[in-house]
Amino acid sequence: MPEITVDGERRQVDGGMTIAAALISGGERSWRDTRNGDRPRGMFCGIGVCFDCLVMLNGTPNVRACITLVEDGDVVTRQSGTGWTELLEGVGDE
Amino acid sequence: MMMKSSRDAVVVGAGVVGAACVHYLVRAGFDVTVIDRGSVGAGTTGAGEGNILVSDKIPGPELDLALLSRQLWFDLIDELGQSAELDPKGGIVIAHDDETLSHLRRFAAEQRDAGVIAHDVDPLQLRDLEPHVAADIPGGIHYPQDMQTQPMLAAAHLISNAQRSGRLEVLTETEVLGITRDESGVVTGVNTTAGSIATPIVVNAAGTWGGQIAALAGVDLPIWPRRGFILVTEPLPATVHHKVYAADYVANVASDDSGLETSAVIEGTRGGTVLIGASRERVGFDSTLDHEVLARLAQQAIAVFPVLGDVSLLRSYGGFRPYTPDHLPVIGPDPRAPGLVHACGHEGAGVGLSAATGHLIAQVLTDRTPDLPLDVFSPDRFEAVHA
Repeated sequence: MPEITVDGERRQVDGGMTIAAALISGGERSWRDTRNGDRPRGMFCGIGVCFDCLVMLNGTPNVRACITLVEDGDVVTRQSGTGWTELLEGVGDE
Repeated sequence: MMMKSSRDAVVVGAGVVGAACVHYLVRAGFDVTVIDRGSVGAGTTGAGEGNILVSDKIPGPELDLALLSRQLWFDLIDELGQSAELDPKGGIVIAHDDETLSHLRRFAAEQRDAGVIAHDVDPLQLRDLEPHVAADIPGGIHYPQDMQTQPMLAAAHLISNAQRSGRLEVLTETEVLGITRDESGVVTGVNTTAGSIATPIVVNAAGTWGGQIAALAGVDLPIWPRRGFILVTEPLPATVHHKVYAADYVANVASDDSGLETSAVIEGTRGGTVLIGASRERVGFDSTLDHEVLARLAQQAIAVFPVLGDVSLLRSYGGFRPYTPDHLPVIGPDPRAPGLVHACGHEGAGVGLSAATGHLIAQVLTDRTPDLPLDVFSPDRFEAVHA
């Protein structure tokens, strides 16, 4: 059974689940805040089209939780805004 | 077919150029019908980046047109009371090596003599303007006059504003089937899928399809499609602050090569996405997605902004620029078919040049002297070439 980390908390989930399914089965309804107005977002279309269910996965922002399968050791983090703000800080400043 | 109505002018094409023609004609007191076989801004207007540029213009008639148009864009936005996301962000042209940079500097000096504001920037100044730019770029030119708008929004605002005057009829999803002329060749009206309209003036603002509209009036107009693709990244915090493009873009625009040409053109949008262009290909109206072109565009953009290498693309889009044999637009009355007036063939500069085009067309049609001489844009200039 894969073990993933969600915002620092370890969870056992069923193999073959999507990240979204794993989050929903853990009781989460929302795992992202929009870049305009910080409004909560979770799963909407469920088929990879609407880009609403974006999440930070292993340090990569904007991963579609609904079409990405869990892997053992995945680190899932709640995403704020574009998810890029911290990642871009300091880049280009030398 | 039923005679629908009689109008002072019929504008064919509801892209940004047609919308600008509508705006200035309605303001001059004309009762106008605008016809488009699709929706407002559905053609080339909706397939570009919304550029209003002076930086890529070679001194001469097109630069004069661009400088006039840029000024008129501010007036348009004021009149509309809508920003249409107009962003006077400025442009930066970069060189990848010292030789190209010295060419750029000479080109910028010529543009300065023609009224363009252009500042030479060294690598340090470049990184002040664009902190994420690649460290190995030896410098470039900063053009503070370059702007961007959201072109579909601009076209829609121009048309809805003109509608409020009560003098504009909008026929979208309507195709022009024919342009009628009397025995002396003078335009008398248009036949459309929504009926016939009597009018003494038909403005051909059909962009890339302008040659087909001209043919309906029995005249030849050499306008052909030049395909381009644009990549769209995921939304980012402000990362690319200006329109940043590589020096070879200007050469590619002016080139007569029919093969694939690509040059890095990168800019952010109000929505957070970064748009990456630009490709030019002469492949007719073939809209098949070409992954090789998309890969080249991405590679070139990453060479300028290495940070984009980790960023995901959401989508791509493409369209067809209307180009003419001398890369200048066709603006003004067609002496071969009195009553037919062209406003098309702007290649990739239609958004930028639309305001001046509409303004000049309205001047000509109200018997005023146009602010710029139109002979260089005349539709019959190609006759000599063909003969």
